[in-house]
Amino acid sequence: MAETHSTSTGIENNKSQSEASHDTSSSATGHEELVHEHTLFAEPIFELGPLTVTNSLLTSWIAVCIILVIGLAFRAQLRAVPKKLQNIVEMVMEKFLEIFDAVTGSRKQSIKLAPFVMSFFVLILINNWLGLIPGVGSIGQVVMHDGHKTFIPFLRGGTADLNTTLALASIAVVASHIFGVVAVGAWTYLNKFINIKAIAEIPKKFLKDPTIIIVNPIKAFVGLIEIIGEVAKVASLSFRLFGNIFAGEVLLASMAAIIAFAVPIPFMFLEIIVGLIQALIFAILVLIYVSISTTAEEH
Amino acid sequence: MMDNVMLAKALAIGIGSIAPALGIGFIGAKAMEAIGRNPEAAGKILVPMLLACAFAEAVAIYALVIAFSIK
Repeated sequence: MAETHSTSTGIENNKSQSEASHDTSSSATGHEELVHEHTLFAEPIFELGPLTVTNSLLTSWIAVCIILVIGLAFRAQLRAVPKKLQNIVEMVMEKFLEIFDAVTGSRKQSIKLAPFVMSFFVLILINNWLGLIPGVGSIGQVVMHDGHKTFIPFLRGGTADLNTTLALASIAVVASHIFGVVAVGAWTYLNKFINIKAIAEIPKKFLKDPTIIIVNPIKAFVGLIEIIGEVAKVASLSFRLFGNIFAGEVLLASMAAIIAFAVPIPFMFLEIIVGLIQALIFAILVLIYVSISTTAEEH
Repeated sequence: MMDNVMLAKALAIGIGSIAPALGIGFIGAKAMEAIGRNPEAAGKILVPMLLACAFAEAVAIYALVIAFSIK
């Protein structure tokens, strides 16, 4: 039911767009077409005091609730000898730890960082897959916007909103710095960016090697480039996830609009795989950033 | 005016996806070659390959986001 609704609105959208491009006067004077556009931003649904709740935020909350319920129910029946579900989870965790070992180099470090990284993975995975469920993005309300009727879905994939992915990426990068400070100490860590040690060294080694007076001030400020790298990390992490998931939703909708039956199904499987791989890549990149910042720099 | 916008969108994603496509092709080809030479290493190759693919693919995704945001 939900899918037919989505396809019909998609076709109407195509129709109204082609009309608009060929003959702008008829759409303005004729009866109002229902506009169903895929916007880059999430639409507001209702307001909770000063907080505007968008459809992506709503889906994220549902994802959090699902994780919470599964987690609490799972904790209640944990036992030393694993049964059904616990067996599967332990097997998956073992595979993940093997992948983490390849990045961190030691099982001890992997186990220490696994809770942080796995929570990113699980949240993003649930969010990605929630966006694929029929009804998400296709059940909604029709509101008047700028003089014409616009279709606004109640739910939209949580990671198909740049705000969500930007928040996740910022948390990851800021946390990697905090972990770095905790692991190697604030002084050593900050010297990565502005190398005060290099300046302090000048009087000591000046007599042995006079060129140090030119080389070390350069060394001190080379680290500033790393700050640009940190911004790039946030941008690339958030844009990659957002772009992939948003593109997937648009792909599915346009496939359903072109040919409604059977053809969108392989793309659905493709999107399930993309959702899994993007969650995995986000998690592994976070692990890489954290494990780089927690190991002391060596020369 | 409308035609220009559509053309700009098409060019943005069309040109922007050439290089990532080549990149992913090279990554896949090299990974196949590596697995062919040393089949036991398939598990170890998979994760770095996926990471490299993600980096290459990200460029196409940036082009896509630009294509969507052209008004």
